[in-house]
Amino acid sequence: MFAYALRRIVATIPVMAVVALFVFSLLYISPGDPAAVIAGDQATPADVERIRASLGLDRPYLVRFGDWVWQIVHGDLGTSIFTNLPVSTMIAQRIEPTLSLMVITLILAVCIAVPMGVVAAWKQGTWIDRAVMAFAVLGFSVPVFVVGYLLAYVFALELDWLPVQGYTPFARGIGPWFQNLILPAVALGGVYIALIARITRATMLEVLQQDYIRTARAKGVGQRGILFLHALKNAAVPIVTVIGIGVALLIGGAVVTESVFAIPGLGRLTVDAILRRDYPVIQGVILLFSFTYVLVNLVIDLLYTLFDPRIRY
Amino acid sequence: MSTSTIQPGTLHRPLTAGDVAAAAPLPDILPPVRARRGLIGFLRRNPTIAIGGGLMLLIIAVAILAPLLWTVDPTALAPARRTREPSAMYWFGTDMLGRDVYSRVLYGARVSLIVGFAVAFFSSVIGLTIGLVSGFVRWADAIVMRVMDGIMSIPSILLAIALMALTRGSVGNVILAITIAEVPRVSRLVRGVVLSLREQPYVDAAVASGTTTPRIILRHILPNTLAPLTVQATYICASAMIAESILSFIGAGTPPIIPSWGNIMAEGRALWQVKPYIVFFPAVFLSLTVLAVNLLGDGLRDWLDPRMAKKV
Repeated sequence: MFAYALRRIVATIPVMAVVALFVFSLLYISPGDPAAVIAGDQATPADVERIRASLGLDRPYLVRFGDWVWQIVHGDLGTSIFTNLPVSTMIAQRIEPTLSLMVITLILAVCIAVPMGVVAAWKQGTWIDRAVMAFAVLGFSVPVFVVGYLLAYVFALELDWLPVQGYTPFARGIGPWFQNLILPAVALGGVYIALIARITRATMLEVLQQDYIRTARAKGVGQRGILFLHALKNAAVPIVTVIGIGVALLIGGAVVTESVFAIPGLGRLTVDAILRRDYPVIQGVILLFSFTYVLVNLVIDLLYTLFDPRIRY
Repeated sequence: MSTSTIQPGTLHRPLTAGDVAAAAPLPDILPPVRARRGLIGFLRRNPTIAIGGGLMLLIIAVAILAPLLWTVDPTALAPARRTREPSAMYWFGTDMLGRDVYSRVLYGARVSLIVGFAVAFFSSVIGLTIGLVSGFVRWADAIVMRVMDGIMSIPSILLAIALMALTRGSVGNVILAITIAEVPRVSRLVRGVVLSLREQPYVDAAVASGTTTPRIILRHILPNTLAPLTVQATYICASAMIAESILSFIGAGTPPIIPSWGNIMAEGRALWQVKPYIVFFPAVFLSLTVLAVNLLGDGLRDWLDPRMAKKV
């Protein structure tokens, strides 16, 4: 087990290196010369050259990459071109709404999607199964901002049950915080629910045909016990895997959802940074999201043994 | 002696030719299945392909025939008739610059379809090449797959956003950015198929009989990758359409001057609480188009690979 964990952790290093190289190259080949910007309009070419040398911009690509990685490891993500604030500070200011949105969406999606998939597999071929599968196709097809506007229109504008847009920090009370996040979470969760429900159904169908399910039935375990104790436990690994992979959907969707619902999170930060061509910020956010994604999936891989004691490495 | 007189357990002698000859022919209780041939029969047996494909053809027709479908110039400004509600005159209303939303939505179909098809095509071709190479060339495999893993660990929308931030917005760049984000998935799929096919006895046989590697790829490997690749390409087409609209919606995609569904929604965003129809119509068209492509993909998957259909 320990050897496996070590191997799995070591295996993420090349992946992260590729991500880092890609994100660094993004800044490296981005248009615009920081030295020229700092030197200003009155500078002579010699001045620009001097500033470039003092910033270390004249050194070879790999040397600069090494330096950059060294800075990242020390928590320095660079400075925003637009606000002149450290990128890490800007990310820290914006992380709460995004994290809140993702956690609520994750919990909501798992709580809805897993029972949906289980029931669909149990009632295979009936109208319940068809309805779940139809919902899954719709979930994959209707883009997150379409669902977002639809929900906001119905539940906020027409029915006036929930706030239309905006965000309330967690510190100002859990009620308002949750009220502001429930519509975005449902909108963001659509694809995710579809994905998890589909995999849950497929895995459950396979597990329900196993001999030990028949044995459990023969010894008199009730339907609910069979579905949720015997079958779901054995179907856990693929389901948990897809929950981890689906986090990429959440990250991508959060960028859009935050724009629709005017939530001042990392997604909005990214969009604003793109419109202003603020490359260090874009770089920092992508790096953060990608590493989070890699880490989530690493943790899930390591947790497999908990879900399924049959797995031994 | 007819067969009807033989009772179970009474046959003490070996069967003779007479016994066999006496057996009456079985009644024809199962008439041959009379499946309809041709396109209609095919569509009847695959209703998902029929619905998805039909809807898809309709949207393609609308995109191509947009100038003939009572549209006006989708970019014509008319400040005098801004934000008109949908009416007999302006079927889908007008936006804040007085442009006809109906015309814009119809012309917008072109952008979505072009991006969807182009991304599906290019990522299939590139992914197929990479997948074949890494499935066959051992030393390349390790490197290529690490790079693909790295790209895949950047959420694809973010990757496309980052690439768009580097370049000026144009339809070509949108296609390029989304293609780069989709290629790793295709090459992983192809590589998986190649690795499993390499273990097949007929590939061993081909190797043993001295067939060259390019010929093995062409004759034995490539044809078997086409079915899963086609299915994957349809799903990529659907997700590319969504990606294009997301990029345009957040202002990092198709240039605002070109009417695309994402752009129309982005422009309607400021007014959506008072004039929701500007966002509503492109949203419906986008969702229907993506739904059509996804249905087509599901149908193709069920048709091309019935084993997969039972699973997912």
